[in-house]
Amino acid sequence: MGVKIDKECPESIVAVLTGEIDHHSAAFMREYIDKNITISAAKTIVLDFSGVTFMDSSAVGLVMGRYRTAKSCGSSVRLRGLSGRNKLIMKMAGLDKIITIEGENNEKA
Amino acid sequence: MKKPDNELKMTVESRSINESFCRAAIGAFVSQLDPTVEELSDIKTAVSEAVTNCIVHAYREKTGFIYITVRLYDNNKAVIKVRDNGSGIEDIKKAREPLYTTLGGERSGLGFTVMESFSDKLRVSSAPGRGTVVTIEKCIGGKH
Repeated sequence: MGVKIDKECPESIVAVLTGEIDHHSAAFMREYIDKNITISAAKTIVLDFSGVTFMDSSAVGLVMGRYRTAKSCGSSVRLRGLSGRNKLIMKMAGLDKIITIEGENNEKA
Repeated sequence: MKKPDNELKMTVESRSINESFCRAAIGAFVSQLDPTVEELSDIKTAVSEAVTNCIVHAYREKTGFIYITVRLYDNNKAVIKVRDNGSGIEDIKKAREPLYTTLGGERSGLGFTVMESFSDKLRVSSAPGRGTVVTIEKCIGGKH
């Protein structure tokens, strides 16, 4: 379980999530990501799930919380690298309606 | 009641660090039925939600025990029971509604929705102060 922050470009940062995201690990990830969101002042926060080996609905809570933090800083959130099943879980929460999921029809240019 | 071919009983403390172990242990036991990668993921995800509910809801301010039973049947069905002696659910119907949660914070309210989506049958039995039993049924290999 881990989080690595990469600066993609001045306008966006990527939080690369790895390992399992459950209620236990989400607690650790949340603080680390929030700290970097507020410090970076990036316009776009990308949460990259391609290294995630497992997630349950705690990941939905993690994304929702980061969306709120980013919104309060005037930034937006994008989700990247979601597997089919993980995308399905995010969609159960209707997240595809408020957050851009890369690789979906709702992806904005 | 049909007798299972094989049975696992385990008891763990309701600590979040045990969530991963519960998934792994039940996943390993169910592997005897030769599930696909997808079926195994389904089961582990459903188990993760049920165990998390015990930790976050049933034993909110304290630690208790989670009692897990897994029964494997000759028709390739796995029946997983996750039981606690915690606070119990006041309104089961409401609790099973997508996005409904009695807690704020970062709880998504999707626990039961995910369990239902990834299982063939989900039963919830509970009463305030009387604990909760969640029964997850999954047919492996498309057989019934």
